[in-house]
Amino acid sequence: MTPLIEVRDLFYQYEDGTKALDGVNFTLNAGETVVVFGANGSGKTTFVLHLNGILRGQGSVTVCGMQVNKDTLARVRSKVGMVFQDSDEQLFMPTVLEDVAFGPLNQGLPPDEAIGTAKTALEQAGMQHVLGKAPYHLSAGEKRRVALAGVLAMQPEILVLDEPTTFLDPPAQRNLLDLLASLPQAKLIVTHHTRFAAALATRAVFFEKGKLVADGPVDEIVQRFNWIYPALDAADLRYSAQRRF
Amino acid sequence: MHHVLMDRWSQGSSPLHSRDPRAKILALLVFLIVLATTAPDAFPALAIDALVLVAGILIAGLPPGSLLLRAMAVLPFSLTFGLISWLAGDRLRAMGLVEKSYLSTVAVLLIVGTTPLPLLLSGLEALGVPRLLVLVAQFLYRYLFVVSEQAQHLRLAGACRQGTESRWRLGFRAGAGALAVLFARSYYRAEGIHRAMMARAFSGKFALLRRLQFGMADGLFTVVISAFLIVVRIQ
Repeated sequence: MTPLIEVRDLFYQYEDGTKALDGVNFTLNAGETVVVFGANGSGKTTFVLHLNGILRGQGSVTVCGMQVNKDTLARVRSKVGMVFQDSDEQLFMPTVLEDVAFGPLNQGLPPDEAIGTAKTALEQAGMQHVLGKAPYHLSAGEKRRVALAGVLAMQPEILVLDEPTTFLDPPAQRNLLDLLASLPQAKLIVTHHTRFAAALATRAVFFEKGKLVADGPVDEIVQRFNWIYPALDAADLRYSAQRRF
Repeated sequence: MHHVLMDRWSQGSSPLHSRDPRAKILALLVFLIVLATTAPDAFPALAIDALVLVAGILIAGLPPGSLLLRAMAVLPFSLTFGLISWLAGDRLRAMGLVEKSYLSTVAVLLIVGTTPLPLLLSGLEALGVPRLLVLVAQFLYRYLFVVSEQAQHLRLAGACRQGTESRWRLGFRAGAGALAVLFARSYYRAEGIHRAMMARAFSGKFALLRRLQFGMADGLFTVVISAFLIVVRIQ
C-alpha cells in the first residue's frame, strides 16, 4: 500500500543557522492517526510545515504519490489540510462563511458551489449557526471548529493539526475530540496532551533536536519518554531541561 | 475591538452599501477632483460638499460622530502643513489644506465604511488599477489589523505593569521600546497569517463570494452624484 505521506531524509535549517530538522524519515498511511510528541523547539511544527510545502528543506516529501515541489504545490495543498495552533491566524476574512469559503474559492469553485461546500463543512464541524458572524466574535472552541471547517471545505485526504487543544477548556477539548474521531481523513496531530492523543491515535512519533527518534504505539512512547503531566517531578524536569535546546 | 469597526460598518445593507463598488469609486473620484479644484474661500460650495457627505453617512446608517471623529486622524498632518502656510502668510492656502484634507478623509471613510474591502479592491481592479497595487493594498489592510491588534496587546500588558511611576514618563519610555517589539511581533503574526493563507491554496488573489454587478441604479447613482457635485463646483 502506498503511504499517503512519505518523508525521506528531510533536513531543514533556519536562516539564523538553527538546524530544525535533521534527517527525518516518516510515513503516514490511509486512515491512520499519528501523534507527534516532542519538547518545544524540537522541530515538530517545522516538520508539519513541510507536508504542504510551506517550508521546503532538503530531502524528499511525497504526498498522495506527488513529490512536493513548485509544480505540485496547489494539488498538495488541496490534499493536506492544515489547522494551525492559533486559530486567530487562520480566520482572516470578515465573516465565518467567507472564511470557510476562502479555500474552495481558491481551488477554483464558482461562488455558489463554494458557498455550498462551506456550509456543508460548517455543518460537519457543528458550526452552521455562526456562518454570518465575524470570526473575532467566536469563543476559542468555536474558532477552532471554524478553522477546522475552513480546512474540511477543501476536502483534504490528510488533516494536520498543530496543538489543537491550545486555548480550549476541557468541554471544548472533548467536543473537538469527538469531532476529530468522527472524521475519516488520515490525521497527524502535534500535541503535548497525551490523553487527547491516546484517545485519537494508536501510533506516535517523538522528535528530539530535529530528529525523529522514536516511532511506536502511543502508550509505549509516552512511557518511554515519561511524556505525561503528573510525572513532572524534579527528576523529570531535569530530564526535560537536558532535552531542550 | 476598535480595529474591526470599519469592517463591521461595511457589512451593512443600506442603499449606499448595495451600490456596486465601481459606482462608489467613480463618485468618490469626482468628489475628490471637485473638492481639489474648489477655491478654499468658496464656503457655500464647500458647505454643500460637506452636506453631501453627511447625507451619505446618514443614508448609510453609519454613526456620524464616530466617523467624523475618526476622520480627524488626518488633522495632525494637515494642520502642520496648514500652520507652515499660515506662518508664510498664505492664510487661504492654510485654510484650504485643512478643509480639503478633512473632507477628503470623510469621503474616503464613507466609501470604505460602506464597501467590504475585498469588493472595494475588486472594484478598483475592474476600473484598471494594476493588480500588483491591489494586492499590496489587500495585504497592507490585513496587516494593519495585525499591527493594531498587537499594539492593543502590548498596551494592555504595559498598563498592567505600569506600577506607580508617572504615567507620561513611563508611557513614553516604554512606548519607545514597545514600538520595536510591536513591529517584530507583528512581523511574526503576519507571517503566520500568510502561512495559513498559503495552506488554503491562496494564489495571490482574493476570490469573491459575490460577483460585481453594475446595474442601472449604480449608473444613475454615479451620474446624479457627479452631476450635482460638478454643478455646485461650477456655480
